[in-house]
Amino acid sequence: MRITCPHCGARDAQEFTYLGAADPQRPDGMAATEAAMFDYVYLRENPAGPHRELWYHGAGCHAWLVVTRDTRTHAISAVEPAKNRKAGAAA
Amino acid sequence: MSGQPFRLASGGLIDRAQALDFSFDGKSYRGFAGDTLASALLANGVRLVGRSFKYHRPRGVLSAGPEEPNALVELRSGARREPNTRATVVELFDGLEAASQNRWPSLAFDLLSLNGLLSPALVAGFYYKTFMWPAAFWEKLYEPLIRRAAGLGRAAGLEDPDHYDKAFAFCDMLVIGGGPTGLAAALAAGRSGARVILCDEDFRLGGRLLAEKREIDGKPAAEWLAAALAELESLPEVRIMPRTTIFGLYDHGIYGAVERVGDHLPEPAPRQPRQRGWRIYAKRAILAAGALERPVVFPGNDTPGVMLAGAVRTYVNRYGVLPGRETVLFTAGDDGWATARDIAAAGGKVAAIVDARSDADPVRKGLADKLGARLFVGGVIEGASGGRQLAGVTIRDASGATSSVTCDLLAVSNGWNPTLHLTSHQNGKPVWDDDLHCFVPGTLPAGLSVAGSAAGRFTLAQALEDGARLGREAVAEAGLTPAGAEPVPATDPETAALQPVWRVKGAKGKAFVDYQNDVTDKDVELAAREGFRPVEHLKRYTTLGMATDQGKTSNLAGLAIMAEQTGKTIPQTGSTTFRPPYTPVAIGALAGHHRGKDFRLTRLAPTHGWSKEQGAVFIESGPWLRAQYYPKPGESDWLTTVNREVLAVRSGVGICDVSTLGKIDIQGADAAEFLERVYTNGWKALPVGKARYGLMLREDGFVMDDGTTSGLGESHFLMTTTTANAGKVMQHLEFCHQVLWPEFDVRMVSVSEQWAQASIAGPKARETLRGVLDPEHDISNEAFPYLAARAVTVGGGIPARLFRISFSGELAYELAVPAGYGDAMMRALMRAGAPFGITPYGIEALGVMRVEKGHVAGNELNGQTTARDLGLGKMMSSKKDYIGRLMAQRAALAEKDRPSFVGFKPVDPAQRLRAGAHFIGIGQAAAMENDEGYMTSVAYSPHLKHWMGLGLIKGGAARIGERVRAYDPVRNGDIVVEICSPVFVDPEGARLHG
Repeated sequence: MRITCPHCGARDAQEFTYLGAADPQRPDGMAATEAAMFDYVYLRENPAGPHRELWYHGAGCHAWLVVTRDTRTHAISAVEPAKNRKAGAAA
Repeated sequence: MSGQPFRLASGGLIDRAQALDFSFDGKSYRGFAGDTLASALLANGVRLVGRSFKYHRPRGVLSAGPEEPNALVELRSGARREPNTRATVVELFDGLEAASQNRWPSLAFDLLSLNGLLSPALVAGFYYKTFMWPAAFWEKLYEPLIRRAAGLGRAAGLEDPDHYDKAFAFCDMLVIGGGPTGLAAALAAGRSGARVILCDEDFRLGGRLLAEKREIDGKPAAEWLAAALAELESLPEVRIMPRTTIFGLYDHGIYGAVERVGDHLPEPAPRQPRQRGWRIYAKRAILAAGALERPVVFPGNDTPGVMLAGAVRTYVNRYGVLPGRETVLFTAGDDGWATARDIAAAGGKVAAIVDARSDADPVRKGLADKLGARLFVGGVIEGASGGRQLAGVTIRDASGATSSVTCDLLAVSNGWNPTLHLTSHQNGKPVWDDDLHCFVPGTLPAGLSVAGSAAGRFTLAQALEDGARLGREAVAEAGLTPAGAEPVPATDPETAALQPVWRVKGAKGKAFVDYQNDVTDKDVELAAREGFRPVEHLKRYTTLGMATDQGKTSNLAGLAIMAEQTGKTIPQTGSTTFRPPYTPVAIGALAGHHRGKDFRLTRLAPTHGWSKEQGAVFIESGPWLRAQYYPKPGESDWLTTVNREVLAVRSGVGICDVSTLGKIDIQGADAAEFLERVYTNGWKALPVGKARYGLMLREDGFVMDDGTTSGLGESHFLMTTTTANAGKVMQHLEFCHQVLWPEFDVRMVSVSEQWAQASIAGPKARETLRGVLDPEHDISNEAFPYLAARAVTVGGGIPARLFRISFSGELAYELAVPAGYGDAMMRALMRAGAPFGITPYGIEALGVMRVEKGHVAGNELNGQTTARDLGLGKMMSSKKDYIGRLMAQRAALAEKDRPSFVGFKPVDPAQRLRAGAHFIGIGQAAAMENDEGYMTSVAYSPHLKHWMGLGLIKGGAARIGERVRAYDPVRNGDIVVEICSPVFVDPEGARLHG
């Protein structure tokens, strides 16, 4: 696979580390219930189709990226820095 | 042509001036440069080249290419011995040694061919049926027996002496296959200036043009071929890679290739790898891999001397070898007739032509007459006889009458299968074409187009037309402007009419579908009867299509027979999904230089040279080599050395390299708040100039890592991590910042490699340090107390950092200097400490002292322990959120009887403790249900003069004083230990604060 890093360009997937789903939001540990935190830590969707997921460009710019990858074909339709996404969501 | 009785007097693409000597099964032969091992063996009249997998039947060369199922040989000897090489693609070199496989005691006389007589017991599924009972016999008797009797070649069993390389290439267009289609495509693309890579698995480009007598533009095809190659070589952006197989198509236009750099040489050239594994990144690719010819299933079809008709043409036209004196042709279509024509043109005799088609075509009749061959229209071959060498065939004509014809070569032509393997590597399913009688590529992976025979467009005219058209299209799709179209050259006429014969029915004897796995038509019928009908079941039950050839010559016949048994069509029966690799790839080519010690990189601390001079024994720690201990002459074992080092530290001063610890520089207005979130304990109150121990959890509540972090400024911190977790912690912090809390004003960077760091420990540490620090720095206990951390200078203004932290429990400092000064720092400290007997110590001694002090380390931070388990529950702040806070509070993690951290000492001080021993109550049976925990770390304390241990036991500190068994069945250990405080030495910490 190749991932087009917004900072480094198209790079081999070997340079990246996969984490998992990008959309679960970490609840506030002081306010959340244990059940809500449990969901965040353990429960994931397993879609056959587009999946927004986190990849870390450890052998490159050290950016965490949100990559939208079709789990059936590995086709990648979008890559954005995770940092921007949170800022956008908050706004 | 003495010694090569089957070599033609002239012709072929071999260099008769360059004779090459080689041996097969110890006997010497001679061939020519340009030969394959198979062509050279055939030239010498060697027909029998191997024994079959299961029945040990004699086998000869079937094909002239990568699909070869029979002619598998062991190549070379000693450490370079390589099993299962296909003689049909092994390029001959002088001194080549080859040996046949799977025969005992010899190829000609094989005792295990008796297996053929036992064949009723060896049918499909025989493993599952015959060797069922008694179960105990399997390992001791059946398996060794089967392994002896069945199998392929032997691995060398020695380390591969050759190098392998990994390489990467990028191109606009990758052309897979250097036959007429690929050459036309490469020309069309190359003329536009595109970056083109043209790969072919053969050592000579040209594909079928090398094997056929054809004309292009009214001239011999060889002239067109030479001109095409010359033009490609003149194009600066075109790279031609012969001996290179594209074996896999991976996501996003990545192609795996193996280049056989030195396989055609006795051994690789100096400073050259044997093979090179390539990763080719192509914007577009054209598959022009051609097609593979299909055999027919009839009794005796595996007799040496039965050969594919196209392969016969290859041997005649390319290698100048006529593989038989008297040929019979068995063909299902027009293509086979070219073989009869070429044999006759080369001076060979065609005894008979059996054309399975029932239409009596006058042109064919005329040609048969001209060749002097008997023609059997609508006939089939009912049997082949001769055993180790074909002696004759039985022909059944259209009326059903049989006649025997003497021959030593039977050329079989049954149409071709497109080499579409790569189109299916990304889950593409081939589709059946009723007119062409073969599977053709279905949905194509992005970026790939298929041209020529690989697409079922079998004629030369179609090949040249496809190549030129798709080459231009690919250039446009890659974003370049195609050059002006050149006219497609004209070719001599050809026809490709075909009515395939999947098997000859109503004949007696073993008829092979899969030669390599000894699967017969009866096995397929048996699978159908027993319900193994889906194609994947058929494969697994009969082993059809497995092993090195992956069914290149057998899959379709297997499907066809299954279709016939079940009354379905071939496409209803299924098709095989091809997966990489297309042909076998040596693991070496995938590993490249990453093997043995080079499997991963080795990192050396900036002080490594100094440690080496001191005689250090090194040990791997994460990616680093660290000094384990520093033996002195006369010290008999490691423990003597380590004891000396520990005592030297506790009585005087020692020096230990700690450069490999992870160091992360964290800065920003929110840096302290950030630390609050990633550590369990509080950081906002940490004053500038102070260090603090920190504990990090994973989000699931278990401990991840620990270390000290120092406040270097109001918004500037230096975090240390364990050596092994440095990269993981860095990634985690980046995650916390970028994903969880991007609003924080904080930046971080790893500075692990920028600083060399040494620990100076022992009662004389301060006096030693005094000798290297610039005089203006006051390091008295008052001015620089325990946990002080400050920027200093050494050696007259060199910037440095000094931390008063201790892992050993002694008065200790860590001094950090820019990495380039690391070596000088160690030497300066050694000089300064010399009056106090300064002693270098390694991580063993460090480990002993940390056990003496009851500090947790990697053995305890094992991913299964919580802060409470480790006695660090008080470090978990209740006033703030941090990673892992909520999950660590789960009821199961707070249970009182969770194994928790304490010390252990042997009741009999002479007894040795063992890490890994399990704790069991005294008087209780050593059984899982009585397990109370285990010993995580042990060390011998030269201070206490007995072994001590750290471990996790149910109830933990509440049981101090109690005795339990430390049970270690692996090393016959079963001793009584007393639970104690984990701090064995200086529990008050007087030394630390001195």
